Amino acid sequence: MTGSGSFMKLEIPSRSENEAFARVVVAAFVSRLDPTLEEISDIKTAISEAVTNAVIHAYEDRVGLIVIKASLEGNRLIVEIIDYGVGIEDIEQARQPFFTSKPELERSGMGFTIMENFMDEVSIRSEKGRGVAVTMSKSIRSRDPIPGLE
Amino acid sequence: MEVDLRQDGENLIVRLTGELDHHSATRLRRTIDRRLDKGEVRNLILNFQQVSFMDSSGVGVILGRYRRVKGRGGKMALCLIPAGILKVLEISGVPKIIPFMESEKQALEAVSQW
Repeated sequence: MTGSGSFMKLEIPSRSENEAFARVVVAAFVSRLDPTLEEISDIKTAISEAVTNAVIHAYEDRVGLIVIKASLEGNRLIVEIIDYGVGIEDIEQARQPFFTSKPELERSGMGFTIMENFMDEVSIRSEKGRGVAVTMSKSIRSRDPIPGLE
Repeated sequence: MEVDLRQDGENLIVRLTGELDHHSATRLRRTIDRRLDKGEVRNLILNFQQVSFMDSSGVGVILGRYRRVKGRGGKMALCLIPAGILKVLEISGVPKIIPFMESEKQALEAVSQW
């Protein structure tokens, strides 16, 4: 992730109050690509889903570390959300819409579905007891210099 | 997130301001449920006009309240949903079960129809 473009790395404790901070940092990082409001909103939502997953699932009743790495390659944002927690046993099941391992917390089970809809690519790597790494990318469309003119 | 509750007959209108994520969802859920548990209201209207961000945690709160309200024979409606959060709601299938209205007045009409 440390190619020729820009990159950043953020480390935060897995507390829910850091969810907003994480998504705002990534939104600020991507702002140099001049994204549209919709693109910023999509990115913030996807980051929020991935970080919330780590806050809720990774460390059970303790607070652990969440690492967020982001880089820009041309007009593309690549972002990785990493935890070192319990891991996901069945990634295919976790990706299913409405699947949640925490229905008692009223989780909707839409986290990965939203990430997949709002970003161009989403990949999940996990090893039981070692944690989860979610990598997502999204190309920011360059804007028409003269609006309305082809 | 700021939460403003007002009662209109048997309807509870909840005006939300700010960001609705996992962090703010816990308190919002508790605030609404405490009022519903009093048993004075039957229907629930959530006004999203001032909501600047929402992720799937908000969907969980909405669907959870829908089940409670419906379980007690009431109705629910959402109103004034900003474009930025409409996509999350649509992907999650919320419009198939809860009506989205253009104003609080319309939402009140929607929950009053039997």
